[in-house]
Amino acid sequence: MPLPRLIPCLDVAGGRVVKGVRFVGLAEVGDPVELAAAYSDAGADELVFLDIEATLEGRGLLRELVARVADRLAIPFTVGGGVRDVRDAQALLEAGADKISVNSAALARPELVNELAARLGAQAVVVAIDAAAGEVYTRAGTQPTGRDVVAWAREAEQRGAGEILLTSIDTDGTREGYDLNVTRAVADAVSVPVIASGGAGSARHVADALEVAQAALLASIVHENPARLTELRAELRELGVPLRNAA
Amino acid sequence: MNVAVCEYGAGNVRSVVAAFERLGVSARATTSPEDIAAADLAVLPGVGSAGSAMDGLRASGLDTALRERVAAGGATLGICLGLQLALDESEEDGGVPGLGILPGRAVRLRTERIPRIGWAEVEPEGEAYYFAHSYAAETPTAVSRTEGIVAAAESGSFLGVQFHPEKSGAAGARFLARCLSRA
Repeated sequence: MPLPRLIPCLDVAGGRVVKGVRFVGLAEVGDPVELAAAYSDAGADELVFLDIEATLEGRGLLRELVARVADRLAIPFTVGGGVRDVRDAQALLEAGADKISVNSAALARPELVNELAARLGAQAVVVAIDAAAGEVYTRAGTQPTGRDVVAWAREAEQRGAGEILLTSIDTDGTREGYDLNVTRAVADAVSVPVIASGGAGSARHVADALEVAQAALLASIVHENPARLTELRAELRELGVPLRNAA
Repeated sequence: MNVAVCEYGAGNVRSVVAAFERLGVSARATTSPEDIAAADLAVLPGVGSAGSAMDGLRASGLDTALRERVAAGGATLGICLGLQLALDESEEDGGVPGLGILPGRAVRLRTERIPRIGWAEVEPEGEAYYFAHSYAAETPTAVSRTEGIVAAAESGSFLGVQFHPEKSGAAGARFLARCLSRA
């Protein structure tokens, strides 16, 4: 298996970075490219940019941001939020993104996953799932769908998803630890890589998540201070997590 | 020093061009066989599926340009799918004939998780690079491996790597700098 991955997540809106706690109460924190570069220098294995507003006017700004990130950084990154069709996804990849992630649009029309995988390759298609109490939520975690998390993860894989990004709404922003139960259930059910998300508060939490998932998304644990990622990597090494040498 | 990157609708061309530009050389994406012939270093990037990628190469005449360039000893780098396309064939998409620059074929991975995504060490050099693939080369020209999988293969003036040097941070930049110094 490749080495476990640490993936800082940057929530962006209107070309700026914002952060959220429990999906509400947004506060702006800075320039995405500068923050992304700081994470890359601190040893991030990948990055995720989520356009949390995904307004029509914001799409041009997002593509511009993607191009600036691709020109500046030499690590892979995923872009999500508001991807509705193959053309939109293609434009983001052409701007320099390595992968796109889809969430609500795939729930509304699951064939989208097949179309994206056929055109872009499975390795470029991440299906993001927001889960609470075993149920899938849509529209930024605000609406229950009645779908079972494990069943949807399996369906997404069968339709061509190359990775599952699983966020627990219950633990997101709490810093009380990842939801290991739902993460393990999904990781056992699919054979594509799984990225655990939501709830990291300590190196121990991240190490525990990396026991069951192939990668850990890092949001509030590093947002305020990218240098925290450097410390976190050292702490994880002490806990025996085999991270890459980023020098 | 100038680098020509094949643009044929199957690759993260912008990131490859940017990676070379960060090293201070002139790099550009091109659909022109003449540019490929004239460059100091030609690069065949590629993500996605082998079938549509080969269609793209043939449609632009880049397939012939690459074969002729390698036959003439021009330094050429294949990245990810670019390595797989250089082989005789790929078993992807029900079987796709490749460029035949390297002997061998691309076969479906048999790893625990597919796609195989993430950073992995390459032996014998010991550096970790970023991989994102579902197929891999089987070729007698392999020069390095990662977890038993072909990471790089070389024949004549063609070097193919399964990893993405343009996405492999400092280690990737050092790798690309070595490619330039050999070109």
